[in-house]
Amino acid sequence: MHGLINRAIQCFVTDSYGPEKWADAARWAELGLVDFESMLTYEDSMTHRAIDAVCHVLNRPRTDIMEDIGTYLVSHPNTEALRRLLRFGGVNFVEFLQSLDDLPDRARLAVADLELPTLEVRDHSAVQFSLVTSSSVEGFGHVMMGLLRTMADDYGALVVLEHQGGGQGSETISISLVMTEFAEGRRFDLGARMS
Amino acid sequence: MIGRNATAGYLDVLCPMHVIVNRSGHIVHAGPTVQKLHSGKPVVGQRFLEMFVLKRPRALSSVEDLRKAAGTKLHLQLSIAPYTALKGILMPGPQEDQLLVNLSFGISIIDAVRDFELTSADFAATDMAIEMLYLVEAKSAAMEASRKLNLRLQGAKIAAEEQAFTDTLTGLKNRRAMDHILARQIEADCKFAIMHIDLDFFKAVNDTKGHAAGDYVLQVVSRIMVEETRETDTVGRVGGDEFIVMLPNGPSESALFGIGERIIDKLEAPIMFQGDECRVSASIGSAFYSPGCNLSAEALIANADVALYASKNAGRAQQTFYSPELEHAEDPASDVQRYRQVH
Repeated sequence: MHGLINRAIQCFVTDSYGPEKWADAARWAELGLVDFESMLTYEDSMTHRAIDAVCHVLNRPRTDIMEDIGTYLVSHPNTEALRRLLRFGGVNFVEFLQSLDDLPDRARLAVADLELPTLEVRDHSAVQFSLVTSSSVEGFGHVMMGLLRTMADDYGALVVLEHQGGGQGSETISISLVMTEFAEGRRFDLGARMS
Repeated sequence: MIGRNATAGYLDVLCPMHVIVNRSGHIVHAGPTVQKLHSGKPVVGQRFLEMFVLKRPRALSSVEDLRKAAGTKLHLQLSIAPYTALKGILMPGPQEDQLLVNLSFGISIIDAVRDFELTSADFAATDMAIEMLYLVEAKSAAMEASRKLNLRLQGAKIAAEEQAFTDTLTGLKNRRAMDHILARQIEADCKFAIMHIDLDFFKAVNDTKGHAAGDYVLQVVSRIMVEETRETDTVGRVGGDEFIVMLPNGPSESALFGIGERIIDKLEAPIMFQGDECRVSASIGSAFYSPGCNLSAEALIANADVALYASKNAGRAQQTFYSPELEHAEDPASDVQRYRQVH
């Protein structure tokens, strides 16, 4: 799996729990390294072992960890670049949601060898959607739960999310939009310079 | 029929950066994004060619000239700060004698979104501007990650080179390694010897047969030195065609002499490279370290150098043992002569 994905897991642990916890997890997973390089590619099994190790070291259920990773990805100051890139997807939460279909292609435009899990958004009504994810990483749907919840806050929308389970690598999340402009949301300045 | 106001309304959505110019050259309508370019001042009523400087095609100065340029690409610049570069295209307007000019930021988009605080709503839904901004940001982030990786790899490479102890061409120890080994020997303060070996005629091989031949000769010569020394001895390449052998466990003068003779003999056999015969020889200077002599590694190598210099002066393919008299000897080769006479 791409280094950016592995690095995201590492940075989540380092930024949230400190470098020692990550070092513990890397040792427990027998990764043979401490630092993932974001621009290299690693064997898929290393990613799976890393996630198992993080759950073990932090002693928390996999679903919680996965959801926290999703939240971390779009809320931590260190990952502001990613939040901005996602915000380019649409001017409101519904547009953003509908842009998720294109997310793997958008990611590939930026980093040609970055393969993201497949995402499929289905519109059931103007306020009812479902997102189907398919990934070899078990529990990836929970990453999207955390990410969607945080992005909804970012846009100021009020949504209700429910993980509906799944199987064979596929997971489904139901998304109910309660209010599009519930709160002010966070500002998105097109011209802000990322440092 | 579509009414005049309806047309302007459509255009505001389809081309938010358009202006309509009347026959006197004044702007009579401007799309919502153009309004943002004029720092709050009204755009309608401005003369088009005063608000925008036409950079290309250059010669156009009147509305009549502009009309003739219909369909050609215009390069414009905002006449007030921040002097943003714009691209435009012009066609006859919705009413007689009017001109319709549609503008775009082109490559200046990155600065423009910041300078004018533009948002997604300022661009037509079909405009690629937002995708372009996304790509610039995504690519910059990816480049930055790659740049950091390159810096780390470069740092690791330099560190690895600095820590290397092996001469990559010959597989022998390098100068750095020899410095370490000598320092350790001196610290142990036991009797040992070093031989400083310098190839003779190697430059001629390099010059006449090429560097590939020279490299091959160095590899063969290195193998010979390793074969002709004892297991416990260490051979290092310390310069282009310079070698140092460290011989521990206090070898006798005669044993040392025997090793030197065998190395010179073997080296002098022709070395075949791609059907070409390469011939070299070697001069050797040797020096002993005795316990309690308080010689530094540098001083010991300097002694061996003095002896090596004597060998060279004596006509090459010679070996000499260091003795203090050599430093002043008029004929430095005498020492070898003396040695040969003795043995």
